[in-house]
Amino acid sequence: MGNKRFQSSLTKKFVMAFMGLFLITFLFVHLGINFLVLLPDTTAFNVAAHFMGTNPVIKVFEVILFGGFIIHIIYGLILQIQNWMARPNRYKIEGWSHTSPFSKFMIHTAAIIFIFLAIHLADFYFKAKLGHIGEVNIDGENIHDMAALVLAKFKIFGFVIGYIVAFVILGFHLHHGFQSAFQSLGLNNRTYTPFIKSLSTIISIVLALGFIVIPIAIYFGNF
Amino acid sequence: MATLDSKIPEGQLAEKWSNFIAHQNLVNPANKRKIEVIVVGTGLAGAAAAASLGEMGFKVKNFCIQDSPRRAHSIAAQGGINAAKNYPNDGDSIYRLFYDTIKGGDYRSREANVYRLAQVSNNIIDQCVAQGVPFAREYGGLLTNRSFGGALVSRTFYARGQTGQQLLLGAYGALSKEIHRGHVKMYNRREMLDLVVVDGRARGIITRNTITGEIERHSAHAVILATGGYGNVFFLSTNAMNSNGSAAWQAYKKGAAFANPCFVQIHPTCIPVHGDFQSKLTLMSESLRNDGRIWVPKKKEDAQKIQRGELKPTDIPEEDRDYYLERRYPAFGNLVPRDVASRAAKERCDAGYGVGNTGLAVYLDFKEAIGRLGRDVIEARYGNLFQMYEKIVDENPYETPMMIYPAIHYTMGGLWVDYELQTTIPGLFAAGEANFSDHGANRLGASALMQGLADGYFVIPYTVQNYLADQITVPFIKTDLPEFDEAEKGAKNKLNKLLSIKGSKTVDHFHKALGHIMWDNVGMARNKEGLEKAIKEIRSLREEFWKDVDVPGGLTGVNVELEKATRVADFLELGELMAIDALHREESSGGHFREEYQTPEGEALRNDKDFMYVAAWEYQGDDKEPLLNKEPLHYEEIEVKTRNYKDAKS
Amino acid sequence: MNLTLKIWRQENPEAKGRFEKYEISEISPDSSFLEMMDLLNEQLIKEGKDPVAYDHDCREGICGMCSLYINGRPHGPDSAVTTCQLHMRKFKDGETVTIEPWRAKPFPVLKDLIVDRSALDEIIQVGGYISVNTGGVPDANDIPIAKEKADLAMDAAACIGCGACVAACKNASAMLFVSAKVSQFALLPQGKTEAKDRVKAMVAKMDELGFGNCTNTYACEAECPKEIKVTNIARMNRQFFGAKVSG
Repeated sequence: MGNKRFQSSLTKKFVMAFMGLFLITFLFVHLGINFLVLLPDTTAFNVAAHFMGTNPVIKVFEVILFGGFIIHIIYGLILQIQNWMARPNRYKIEGWSHTSPFSKFMIHTAAIIFIFLAIHLADFYFKAKLGHIGEVNIDGENIHDMAALVLAKFKIFGFVIGYIVAFVILGFHLHHGFQSAFQSLGLNNRTYTPFIKSLSTIISIVLALGFIVIPIAIYFGNF
Repeated sequence: MATLDSKIPEGQLAEKWSNFIAHQNLVNPANKRKIEVIVVGTGLAGAAAAASLGEMGFKVKNFCIQDSPRRAHSIAAQGGINAAKNYPNDGDSIYRLFYDTIKGGDYRSREANVYRLAQVSNNIIDQCVAQGVPFAREYGGLLTNRSFGGALVSRTFYARGQTGQQLLLGAYGALSKEIHRGHVKMYNRREMLDLVVVDGRARGIITRNTITGEIERHSAHAVILATGGYGNVFFLSTNAMNSNGSAAWQAYKKGAAFANPCFVQIHPTCIPVHGDFQSKLTLMSESLRNDGRIWVPKKKEDAQKIQRGELKPTDIPEEDRDYYLERRYPAFGNLVPRDVASRAAKERCDAGYGVGNTGLAVYLDFKEAIGRLGRDVIEARYGNLFQMYEKIVDENPYETPMMIYPAIHYTMGGLWVDYELQTTIPGLFAAGEANFSDHGANRLGASALMQGLADGYFVIPYTVQNYLADQITVPFIKTDLPEFDEAEKGAKNKLNKLLSIKGSKTVDHFHKALGHIMWDNVGMARNKEGLEKAIKEIRSLREEFWKDVDVPGGLTGVNVELEKATRVADFLELGELMAIDALHREESSGGHFREEYQTPEGEALRNDKDFMYVAAWEYQGDDKEPLLNKEPLHYEEIEVKTRNYKDAKS
Repeated sequence: MNLTLKIWRQENPEAKGRFEKYEISEISPDSSFLEMMDLLNEQLIKEGKDPVAYDHDCREGICGMCSLYINGRPHGPDSAVTTCQLHMRKFKDGETVTIEPWRAKPFPVLKDLIVDRSALDEIIQVGGYISVNTGGVPDANDIPIAKEKADLAMDAAACIGCGACVAACKNASAMLFVSAKVSQFALLPQGKTEAKDRVKAMVAKMDELGFGNCTNTYACEAECPKEIKVTNIARMNRQFFGAKVSG
């Protein structure tokens, strides 16, 4: 007893949900840019990547985005640890209730996504920041040739497989996460909730498939 | 010999209660803090009394057997609660509710108490609505009513099929509020083992913590028993498994008179018994009789075929069905009072027209109602009951008629109390089903909830204060008084004795045997020969129990068998008193039907000349006959008549 | 029917506890689960063994006292019933049935299958009521309440406080229980006066007692014997944030 919490469980859930929805909007932007790499001329992709890497407004958003990730991860961990502590003695047989299977494995899918994210940042983001990337000249300016890096990576079989697995897992995470966020925010309503639940399925499939299609196209295509 | 002073206030019937309040003694707010009150039980009466006394500022100690006060058996009441609001504008009034209750009780209840009950009934509904009890409402947003047995008006308020649960949660909320404010101290999982009387006044109780096994002493200036009824003496009843008569029985053995023990209500609409291993009976709300029609086959051979499983109820054509309640009681039809409906079912089954594989069941059919109102309406009204029936019986009552049979449900008898709900022991009060006061020989449907809350919210808080007014100078009672030593020693001795017998039969064996004796001889129909036999059999069963019962385990820790054994030991004495009372009452009234006293049509035949009294039995010692005290009943505002549910003139 | 039972036995809250295996035969499919347990105990008593302790009372599915986590589900394999209304016809002859107590940090095991659920009472005590004293209340029909609202309040009020939601939740969260009470009063005009304090106090108490957080898995709704809906949880979230924002 007496463990008065710094923030109530409901507030923490609110933050989790809010950040989760925010991160989903980022995923859509990211996916949109990714598709540019499939264009015959990679200039557009490189320009977009350059814009994302250098524009001052985007730089501010970058900080917010990282903050969002970190808060989502830290709050997720705190909530999970509290959840484990709430049942110190486990059941011998458990989990036979009829519920969404994805919702039971959020922390597990989260861990895989986190590992992927670390590798992903090391492969692309930090490389770009630290300037270990070849350059191209566009309109008189030398910028990173991100497209070449991406195209090269996606010709590696193991890399493509890892990438696909990561996004399938992300799909699972979002399938529960998107609609669950609305519940946590208190937005559950007889009229809209069925729509939100369908939307959750659609979003998770669109995002996962969207990200997956690109490496497949590159691996098998003529880039 | 106890003197039975009913302490009915002066004045016209309608003014008695306000006269009492106007002239009663009060305790000033500063002194209330110095006075402790024990309330045993957290049902409607107990929780409401504990909460109300706490609100006033008394220091209350509240006890329950369950793990939480919210689980008291009041929760099981399904159908509703009566009040004389006359919201439907159908001619109801306080007088009519009073009249129906007296008549329903077959003129064996105390007029002044019943009138007060009808008076405060309306306050109860107001109180519950203010507490957030979600009563059923009309589309216009106002409260709705349904009709119940024994009344010609719709005066029953309900919360789906969970009225008892919702009312209790209201009282539990009020109690929780007072626990939070520190006015009530709650003791869960406690069984009361004995009452402590000091200098002639009730001053405390001995309890056993059912988890640790610890025997505890608790003291107070007054003790209120709201411990429910003793229906489980029959083993199979609709009472909860832990419901028992032991608290009231200890009070009886300490000198409180026990009134009308033979008045037991048999509820007509229970799910029939299905096997020897059965542990309890499940009630189907009486409200079902609003829309369901009760019938058995007209032809005996059809009934026999159904019993053998060769015919289904739906195979019996309309003209071969005997809607026996509608036939016998055209005015009230399927809504006759419970005792009448129960006996009529027994009569048909005994005559060989019963259905089900045992032949001990009748049909309750919703086909006509579903046709008239549509399945949706029936589902909205009774959905949860139908679902419950299907879970238990594995048959769909929307398609095939329900089977029902009478079962023990409520005990009108209980501790004798005066107008102030005080027993013959000063400072010991009894509220709710634990007392005998309001229902006479038969209780009307939806009146138990009304009485429990009336006692708890609106009667006890006044009358207990009246008693406590001269107790303000009495300091907190010490629990090291010799009376506490003695009571604790007695309780421990009894437990140790039970543990030391180490016989060959389980407690349940004796309980079932007692149940059979009671059901066969002290049940729906009784006669002299059977009752004499029952008394003999109970005595020898009791002897055998004390020689041959096997109670495993010890005093400490959880020992469910020991709990059961103490209760059955008391039931073995209480059952005998019920039979003695039934034997002495040479008339038929309400739930007490003596076969020797009936009209040529088979209706109950009262004997007002010789038996218009409350039989209050006084304990004289273990092997002595109890002493009969009589409180004569006077009816000033009501003309005593034979109950008639055949035509509308009442 | 013949069954093999694996039952959690634990002497007292401090003891370690273990599973014990029992064989039971000739069980009628029409008997209830607790009647089967009664028979087991009768058998154990005859063998001179300690009977299994478990909570139960009304056996009509309404008091909320019975519990038991049966084959991975609170109140067993049937839906919308409590253990006392669960019938043996839902099991197969020869089946092995594993029976565990409710498990959650705020529900310590007292003995065998009995757990202490007074944490739920404590949550109610800090505000799960409308603070009116006896007497002096308005006429019951003074405040009309839309039937739809009253029905929704009744749906929420149907909670019997058994704790199956906590037992079912992978996080041992009490959100469904707390939200049912918060919702009942949030939907009624009588409850609005104290609505903000109520939701804040009850949530704080729930957290303090060590219940887990909600991850919207909805096992609570799937296992609730009274079919309380998780829309109540969303309503409580709304109430809570509203109360926080407006202070």
